[in-house]
Amino acid sequence: MEEVKLLGTWSSPFSYRVLWALELKGIPYQYTEEDLYNKSPFLVKCNPVHKKIPVLVHGGKPICESMVILEYLDGPWPHNPLLPSDPYERAVARFWAKFADDKGTVIWTMFRSTGEEQKEAVKGSLEMLRTIEDLALGDKKFFGGERIGMVDLAFGALAHWLGVFEEIVGIRLLEPESFPRLHKWTKNFKEEPAIKENLPDKDKMLSNFRCLREKLLASP
Amino acid sequence: MFGMRLRIALAEKGIEYEYREEDLRNKSELLLKMNPVHKKIPVLIHNDKPVCESIIAVQYIDEVWNKKAPFLPSDPYQRAQARFWADYIDKKMYDAGRRVWSSKGDELEAAKKDFLEVLKVLEAELGDKPYFGGETFGFVDLAFIPFYCWFYAYESCGNFSVEAECPKLIAWANRCMEKENVAKSLADKQKVYEFVLQLRKVFGID
Repeated sequence: MEEVKLLGTWSSPFSYRVLWALELKGIPYQYTEEDLYNKSPFLVKCNPVHKKIPVLVHGGKPICESMVILEYLDGPWPHNPLLPSDPYERAVARFWAKFADDKGTVIWTMFRSTGEEQKEAVKGSLEMLRTIEDLALGDKKFFGGERIGMVDLAFGALAHWLGVFEEIVGIRLLEPESFPRLHKWTKNFKEEPAIKENLPDKDKMLSNFRCLREKLLASP
Repeated sequence: MFGMRLRIALAEKGIEYEYREEDLRNKSELLLKMNPVHKKIPVLIHNDKPVCESIIAVQYIDEVWNKKAPFLPSDPYQRAQARFWADYIDKKMYDAGRRVWSSKGDELEAAKKDFLEVLKVLEAELGDKPYFGGETFGFVDLAFIPFYCWFYAYESCGNFSVEAECPKLIAWANRCMEKENVAKSLADKQKVYEFVLQLRKVFGID
């Protein structure tokens, strides 16, 4: 079995998408914490195009972009598949994973802004959550159905990072009364052992992101 | 250019289909029903079920009609590389190109620089291969080639030549255009340019 390495950061939901996938599949790996303010030569060599984490290195060969990595993992490790086998269901899963990537940034905008910009971002975030609850999740336990799949991992930030952002900016988005099914999903998701045992410490996150928000608001 | 990806894909697989032109200023009931989340084209409808997002639809076509002309390689690592580059094209090309045709002055100079940087990264990835996929036209070629019919508009608005900066890319594009399924699926470059000129008027750039 060829060696698996994961280059990531402790506070990134994108990094965790891959980490959770590796844990769910029981794939042994070596984790390296990257300092994004002082990127290692190895990271830059593995991801010369974007110079970002996460990067998975399998048998010395790098794969970049979290969703590309998740799709890759089902190839060499087909057990506990992250994607369904039916082509139409796969297309639906890919659609929602892309939605998570493309639209999820509105929550980051809410976090790093104030005033009118933040108000717009809150509105956008609520619309996004409504779409996710009604159209992506519906009455299913997980986005993947009975089991956690790629889309659950793609939306993982909603289960843990969103709460931290909400606490820091003092705005509640994911209220159980407004989004009962999504709220239940966050509980089910975090109860899964592979996820529960692999979540960044909440207090550390609060401290880290509070600091980051101050920095972002202070800079021009 | 996203719809063109599907037209090429369907042609390559020899799939018969009904085409419906959408007026994006007056979207049809069917489009809104089939893509309620984004309300965008292209949408592939197969057995009454919609597949949205062009790269996703191309993969769907590849997986369902899997006996002929595979787009993605069979090796998982090579597939991951192909997906990475299709993602890169999706993240970078549209916005870089749009900034070129929709700006002027200093903003245009910056836009040109960024646009050519993106092209150079792609040209480096192509290297000396005939196609991004290697010996045969594949997933990344399919993802990228529709942008070629917009090059004339970008070059005319920005007053530069892609061929002068990225000759290997133009050689690759010409190679792709020799395929009938590609040539017949791309829009006419003059028509694209005229369309861009209209947009520039509407946005008050000209």
